[in-house]
Amino acid sequence: MSSEPVTEDDLHAYADGQLEPARRALVEAYLAAHADAAAAVRDIRAQGEALHRAYDGVLNEPVPSRLTRTLTAPRRPPALAAGIAWLACGLAAGWLAHGALPTLSGNGEAVVAARFAHDALRAHVIYAAEQRHPVEVPAQQETQLVAWLSKRLQMPIHAPDLNAQGFALLGGRLLPADGMPLAQLMYQAADGERLTLTIRNAGPESKNTGFRIMEQNGNSAFYWIDRDYGYALSGGIGRQRLLEVANAVQRQLQP
Amino acid sequence: MSDFATDLASQLPRLRRYARALTHDAAWADDLVQDTLERALGRRWLFRFNGKLSAWLYTMLYRLYLNDAARRRRLTLVPPEQLPEVADPAAADPALRLDLRQALARLSIEHRSVLVLVALEQLSYKEAAAVLQVPVGTVMSRLARAREQLRLLLDGGAAGAATLTRIK
Repeated sequence: MSSEPVTEDDLHAYADGQLEPARRALVEAYLAAHADAAAAVRDIRAQGEALHRAYDGVLNEPVPSRLTRTLTAPRRPPALAAGIAWLACGLAAGWLAHGALPTLSGNGEAVVAARFAHDALRAHVIYAAEQRHPVEVPAQQETQLVAWLSKRLQMPIHAPDLNAQGFALLGGRLLPADGMPLAQLMYQAADGERLTLTIRNAGPESKNTGFRIMEQNGNSAFYWIDRDYGYALSGGIGRQRLLEVANAVQRQLQP
Repeated sequence: MSDFATDLASQLPRLRRYARALTHDAAWADDLVQDTLERALGRRWLFRFNGKLSAWLYTMLYRLYLNDAARRRRLTLVPPEQLPEVADPAAADPALRLDLRQALARLSIEHRSVLVLVALEQLSYKEAAAVLQVPVGTVMSRLARAREQLRLLLDGGAAGAATLTRIK
């Protein structure tokens, strides 16, 4: 089958990452020899990236409360409903209603840090699952990536090297947040497992803290403050392994 | 919240992006998402657990969108120039973004939906075919036409805009 001539459908499937490996190799050879076809593939990909730029912002918007209420409204048998309504107060709000979580209101340091960890975990779940555009700037442009994020956070940041822990830098993105933006660095293991390190400017008055942990739906985040930096390392690799990576991050990022 | 509702909750950001790209109207998009959630909760036993939850939700939302769109067409037509801005603090290039949204809004529903499912929501061609209830071959031909039309709209009829080379 793989020896059939390359068609326009092949170019789309190639650009969409939906070709079998054998066919993909054939198309790659074809593209190397046909500049017009290669340009067409670039156009297709540029369009996809433009779509993501136009709509990915929706992923970071707070979910309207009427939608979260739909999920928590009792609609099951009455005996169950009471329990669910009661649970809804705490659980549902925790995952969904960003900013509306009763225990995360206020401006104390622990509250701000927990809200940051919550944002970091939420962004981890959203972007780690993205197959084709998990990062805004790829690791190939690490220097520019770090310079850009440093500028936006108004403090020099560094991307720790986690290759010894089995995770290579994939790239990063800026996360919109209330007030100060957040930087998200994404790492990937050979098996595709992803971790994200989220960094915030915690301000000059921040006090160092040890590791704290937040967990949601099988994902964990260790978060801590080191001088002016707030960090959150998020992943679904289990607490113990994540802690080992968090230790490596902390060791590397210390002065 | 039940496990199922928690699963639905984790799909919310992507469902909202999908609905926003289909409708270009934040309020309408969230109405569609809400109707989809209610339908999913009411029909949860129809969901096969070996299936992909996102694809099931996309399918329901797409049907609701088709119904709504047909009803709205009978009422009013909003010119794409008057479509509201999408709040998007992360976007780097506002000029490009607006053009792209306007261009996307001008595509037919069939072309817009296939492009949104494949290029934005990253569904495989087979999954997109299931959502749209058309054969995979139709997904491929619609996708090629949608991309070509979007490209022409974005080029704004620039002189000498080369059409995508047809290879046979």
